[in-house]
Amino acid sequence: MQRISRWTALVAVLLLALVATACGSNSDSSTTSDGGDAPGKGSEAVGFIFVGPKDDFGYNQAAYQGAMAVKDAFPDLDVLTAENVPETDEAARVLEGMVAKGAKILFATSYAHLDAALKVAAKHPDVAVVQQGNLIKGDIPANAGTYFGTVYEPVFLAGMVAGKQTKTNKLGYVYAYPIPQTIANINAFELGALSVNPKAVTYTVNTSNWCDTGKQEEAAQSLLSQGVDVLTQHQDCTATITKAAERAGVMVVGYHADASSLAPKGWIAGSEWSWADLYEDIVQTALDGKFTGSKYNANFRSGLKDGLNPFVQSKFGSSVSQETKDLVAAAAKDIAGSGSPFKGPVVAQDGTELVAAGTVPDYATIEQKMVVFVKGVIGEIPKT
Amino acid sequence: MTALPLDVMTGAVRGGTSILYAALGESVAETAGVVNLGTEGSMLVGALAGYAITAHTGSPWVGALAGGVAGGALALVHAFFVLDRKANQLATGLVVLFLGLGLTSLFGAAYVARTATSFDAWNVPLLSKIPWIGEIFFQHDPLTYLTYFLVPALWFVLTRTGIGLLVRGVGERTEVLGTYGHNVRLVQYLAVVAGGFLAGLGGAQLSTAYAHAWFENMTQGRGFVAVAVVIFAARRPLAAMGGSYLFGAALALSPALQARGWQINQFALDSLPYLAVIVVLVLLGKKRAAEAPEGLQKVFEMSTAT
Repeated sequence: MQRISRWTALVAVLLLALVATACGSNSDSSTTSDGGDAPGKGSEAVGFIFVGPKDDFGYNQAAYQGAMAVKDAFPDLDVLTAENVPETDEAARVLEGMVAKGAKILFATSYAHLDAALKVAAKHPDVAVVQQGNLIKGDIPANAGTYFGTVYEPVFLAGMVAGKQTKTNKLGYVYAYPIPQTIANINAFELGALSVNPKAVTYTVNTSNWCDTGKQEEAAQSLLSQGVDVLTQHQDCTATITKAAERAGVMVVGYHADASSLAPKGWIAGSEWSWADLYEDIVQTALDGKFTGSKYNANFRSGLKDGLNPFVQSKFGSSVSQETKDLVAAAAKDIAGSGSPFKGPVVAQDGTELVAAGTVPDYATIEQKMVVFVKGVIGEIPKT
Repeated sequence: MTALPLDVMTGAVRGGTSILYAALGESVAETAGVVNLGTEGSMLVGALAGYAITAHTGSPWVGALAGGVAGGALALVHAFFVLDRKANQLATGLVVLFLGLGLTSLFGAAYVARTATSFDAWNVPLLSKIPWIGEIFFQHDPLTYLTYFLVPALWFVLTRTGIGLLVRGVGERTEVLGTYGHNVRLVQYLAVVAGGFLAGLGGAQLSTAYAHAWFENMTQGRGFVAVAVVIFAARRPLAAMGGSYLFGAALALSPALQARGWQINQFALDSLPYLAVIVVLVLLGKKRAAEAPEGLQKVFEMSTAT
């Protein structure tokens, strides 16, 4: 009997302690200020959440490096990071935890972190919440925003290299989800290839996963057996497909990160992230209390035109000729000026006109239109 | 441009091998009367250990061995709690799974970006030139070829040797073996650890020979599929081979169709492998339950008892 009551007492004490700490942290995060402070002003800490690990040789690694650049640029700021935060309500909990630790500037770096980010933004008007990659539909709260680079611009340029180098005229694209960014990338890649090689086609396979190495391998093999001789991808971790291309002796175009060391013979071009400047600018804007009404308090997209594109071209492979490099440089100049990878005429897979001849769509229009593949892309968009 | 059936069948062997290893391992454990749901965990630690040791030593064979050892070590944990502490087998297996998942996610972070000299595909001279058969079976990595020997060897050991008889006896009724003076506990331990070793080898094959990379949770449920395969194969190695390849084929079907521009509902295709397993289990389940060794039947009876 004595033993049972001792156990009961112990359990009761533990439960009490648990409840006390839970209550404690709840009260911290639920003190919402009445919005007197500008979002992010004078913040002591900045928080970053990532959907994957920081060493994925791709998307999350680049975002993490951006976070570390912020740390170097702002030595007085506490930089909080959390990896492997799922794209569910859990993200909101993690963000709340960072707010409790004094973070008034939050970066939610994965596409489907948006809902969680907006939830937290609604609860804390004095916290500036920015999300990477998605689009806020409807009214944008005063303390929130999304940001992204026009990734399809360097992908278009890489597509040009692919179109020039391919011998079978078959390119392969492995992707994860048919979100607008990805569809824009696939379309831009094909359009870039078409601009130098009217016979180029792009086969697509999706894996329904940002990083399932088994599915990636199978996808790569299935594309290779179709005679594809240039592989590229929109996946978070890029090693498997890059290596599969190298083993098969075909060419590979990189994405997210410079993986040329994995494919010394096959690497021809690629694109990678360079978040530091953009992250630092966002943090500085928020710290100065200038977030609301700034360009970041919107669906901010940065491209070659404003010179802040965080997505840049990777180095060319050794087999790429100077002639091709010159073509690419000329195209980049054009895009930075009055051009666009989606300059009309652009025709959809089913023949309908996406962009009229002579029209140059702006960034917002492009994202709206990216729900179908262009002609030359082989594969259907999975219906949700 | 290769034919669709050829692609799918080649993909079946390519993708099914890691599952086959785990299924062979689990066959041994279940024949001895122990269900190890932690097979997935053993596969994961095997995948990480295989990749990591290959990166450090430069030899994928050493890596594969390390993967097996890691898988066996995790299975030892399962064996201890189930055999010595009489814990519920199913619950312990799941806990071991989460242990494996947590350990590999923690220690594996450093290896995601590392490169390792992995297994290269090696075409078997002469045999690989046979139309269709050559491409499906004889253009893979050495660990895949190893399974071609392992399956008949395991069948032989389990059904035709004294050791096999011991293992089968232990799975039926431990008291009988005990009466004859055999060390029942040791046999069961060895069976479970051997099962974990093979599962670890399967994980190593996944990371060093199939995907050529490490990423956390890269097995994506293959260990559980292996357990299901063992059930509907009634612990027979040859049938386990068929079941593993069936799953591999289902996994290869979606990309093969997509690469040809066909589009069947994406989510239907993604769930196809698992649906296939469920269908086979439903069709064969009752028959299998009656055939299972008595020791195994007791495990499931215990868990359904209220």
